[in-house]
Amino acid sequence: MTLADYLPLALMGILAAGFVAVSLVASRLFSPNRPTPEKLAPYECGIIPETEATQRFPVKFYLVAMLFVIFDVEIVFLFAWATRWLELGWYGIAAAGLFTLFVLETLVYVWKRGALDWNVKTSGPLPA
Amino acid sequence: MDIVDVLLIGLRVVATFALLLVVTILNVWAERKVVADMQNRIGPDRAGPWGILQTVADGLKLFFKESVTPSKVERGVYLAAPFLAVVPAFLIFSVVPWGAPVEVFGRTMPLQVADLNVGLLFILAMSSMAVYAVVLAGWSSGSKYPLLGGVRATAQAISYEAAMGLAMVAVVMYSATTGDGTGTLSLAELVERQAGTFLGFIPRWNIIPQFVAFAIFLVAIVAETNRAPFDLVEAEQELVGGFHTEYSGMRFAMFFLAEYINVFSMSAIAATLFLGGWNGPTWSGILPAWISAILPVFWLLVKTYAIVFVFFWIRATLPRLRYDQLMQLGWKRLIPGALAWLMVSALFIGFRRFGLPWG
Repeated sequence: MTLADYLPLALMGILAAGFVAVSLVASRLFSPNRPTPEKLAPYECGIIPETEATQRFPVKFYLVAMLFVIFDVEIVFLFAWATRWLELGWYGIAAAGLFTLFVLETLVYVWKRGALDWNVKTSGPLPA
Repeated sequence: MDIVDVLLIGLRVVATFALLLVVTILNVWAERKVVADMQNRIGPDRAGPWGILQTVADGLKLFFKESVTPSKVERGVYLAAPFLAVVPAFLIFSVVPWGAPVEVFGRTMPLQVADLNVGLLFILAMSSMAVYAVVLAGWSSGSKYPLLGGVRATAQAISYEAAMGLAMVAVVMYSATTGDGTGTLSLAELVERQAGTFLGFIPRWNIIPQFVAFAIFLVAIVAETNRAPFDLVEAEQELVGGFHTEYSGMRFAMFFLAEYINVFSMSAIAATLFLGGWNGPTWSGILPAWISAILPVFWLLVKTYAIVFVFFWIRATLPRLRYDQLMQLGWKRLIPGALAWLMVSALFIGFRRFGLPWG
């Protein structure tokens, strides 16, 4: 496995990017371009936008990203174990199992703290 | 590496590229026909025989439409997003082997753009890259609906990517039980290890021992490609068009192209990991040699289209999930389920291989 094995992927990337560039430029040449102030305004179903689009959004999304990092790192470690695990035998299974338990504990903790609930009442009357 | 090798690489790249474009044109039409049939409609039937040229007509229409660039956009990122969507889509399929190696000019050529020894990691990396396209398109549009769509897309894609990765780990782990005793991340190698049969008549496909991993993987790829019922990213009743609201003309067509390529390549990856890839009867010696050489490609296409059909079927059947249900399914069901399944199958194989831990 050398760097030369990645050459076809580089070619594919260049071909795909070239395809996008050529179609966009060609479309530009053949399509009309008649901007008006209404057309260039942010789309809000015909209502004139009152506020800027860049507003605060729930911090929950950030929390999900943090959790993802934990699990993605775990997957990377498990990939390494899964390629050689038969040579490691019970020792490897015990180590990977213990590691998985620790990560599951993290999940249970954030679950119980309510980090995975999206504040939606699923029963009862809707909040006023 | 001499000139013939380089030419063969070029041939494979161009052939795969053309295959993906043709497949996209057919899949868009096939989806509309299948969904129409399930809903007792006729679907497109005007352009060409059975309406098969409908996608070409739609593409031409988009080509000649105005590409509006709204005044509030972050220009550089806004223009780069279609590239970020299409390039990873083509690269993901590049590591999938779509046929048995063939003899050309006295050398063996794999029917695959690149056989990476880290193929599975490459797939995970590229599907993460595809998230950037959606996020940046939503953020750079300078409009509220795309921003919400983009933020939702990030959370959804990364949640289900964890489950997808864990299902892949189970396959790598199981692949160590055949071959030289080490797990493999190369897709060509994974296909070869699924050759042969259990008990003499059941094909040795990973779906049989790893059926839970297959179920998790299938749900995860539907969510990864933002398809119904997980299409909250572009939920038109709440978010207009989602992240591509401010894109029009050919720029919108690029996002559309990327989505359909992703559906096809994710189905091909599921077929490769769990359904034996291009393995299948070739009847070499009975049938003419050229038919035996083509049959593996045919078997992969049959398996891939079986999964693509499931994509269409789910879309026609299930209503869209609510956002909290989506996150609940991802974090509270699929991820713990995948972890548990991984440990259960490790213990099961461990008992069969090493006996009792205290014995």
